[in-house]
Amino acid sequence: MKTLLGIGGSEDSLRALEEAVTRAKEAGDDLTIAIVENPDASLSQSEVETRAGEVLSETGVEADIRTLTGHPGSQLLELAERGSYDRIVLGGGETSPLGKVQLGSIAEFVLLNARTTVTLIR
Amino acid sequence: MTREYPDDVAGPYEAPPYEFEDREGRLIEVERHDAGIEPLMEMYCAFDPEDRAQGIPPTNEEQIRTWLETLVEADALNVIAWHGEDPIGHAMLVPDDDGSFELAIFVLKEYQNAGIGTGLIEGLLGAGREDGVERVWLSVERWNKPATALYRKVGFRPTDDGSFELEMSARLTPEA
Repeated sequence: MKTLLGIGGSEDSLRALEEAVTRAKEAGDDLTIAIVENPDASLSQSEVETRAGEVLSETGVEADIRTLTGHPGSQLLELAERGSYDRIVLGGGETSPLGKVQLGSIAEFVLLNARTTVTLIR
Repeated sequence: MTREYPDDVAGPYEAPPYEFEDREGRLIEVERHDAGIEPLMEMYCAFDPEDRAQGIPPTNEEQIRTWLETLVEADALNVIAWHGEDPIGHAMLVPDDDGSFELAIFVLKEYQNAGIGTGLIEGLLGAGREDGVERVWLSVERWNKPATALYRKVGFRPTDDGSFELEMSARLTPEA
């Protein structure tokens, strides 16, 4: 499967990174990691890129890493369509102090606008 | 991100304990609760999964217990609505990292649409005010009209943007 993982540095996106890379190793996915701008994230894009590189080398998975600038949701969708990806993978939301799941704005945009299947990692 | 809060104080509401008759003529008692999770286990095990919101309450017993234990550890303020011996509604305020409190409320299906939500949430806000809570917020699925109407009625106002979940906030004590 040709998979596009979109991460911006939020906690749920870093969890998605681990899961997607592990699954790519098991299933032999053709994985691309797109690092998007997330103003709410505590990590910068280059820090996220470093993290992605570490996870890849720890697991021995090869993946293309791309850094996207501009509106994260639409940039991700454009790349997904241009590259004929089968699936977009994203973090599945943060948890509030009370335990409620709150979807990030990038996930909402992608879910509503994608022509591709979208997987949210919980 | 900075959340905005209304200038006006919600209520102010009376703190529990108190009792009232619901629209079905049932006597409902509202009390603070800090005596362990067992009555809440009972209530949430009877909870209709259809009425879950954003993943809570969880559906199986073990996950419900873990969730309730997390609330206890977080030092949540809990208020329960009782019908006789049965806990039939629960509302909570859970502190966040910012000195504000997140609110949630659950009422068993057969006790909904009878005014209990209003009686319970007012009790929670009254208890919060009594404890010196200043700012309260919540998130609610945008399509959940009964819930958003209730929150608006007791003094919550929308704070944001166009996401799936509507965020609302209320002030319990005047701004210092």
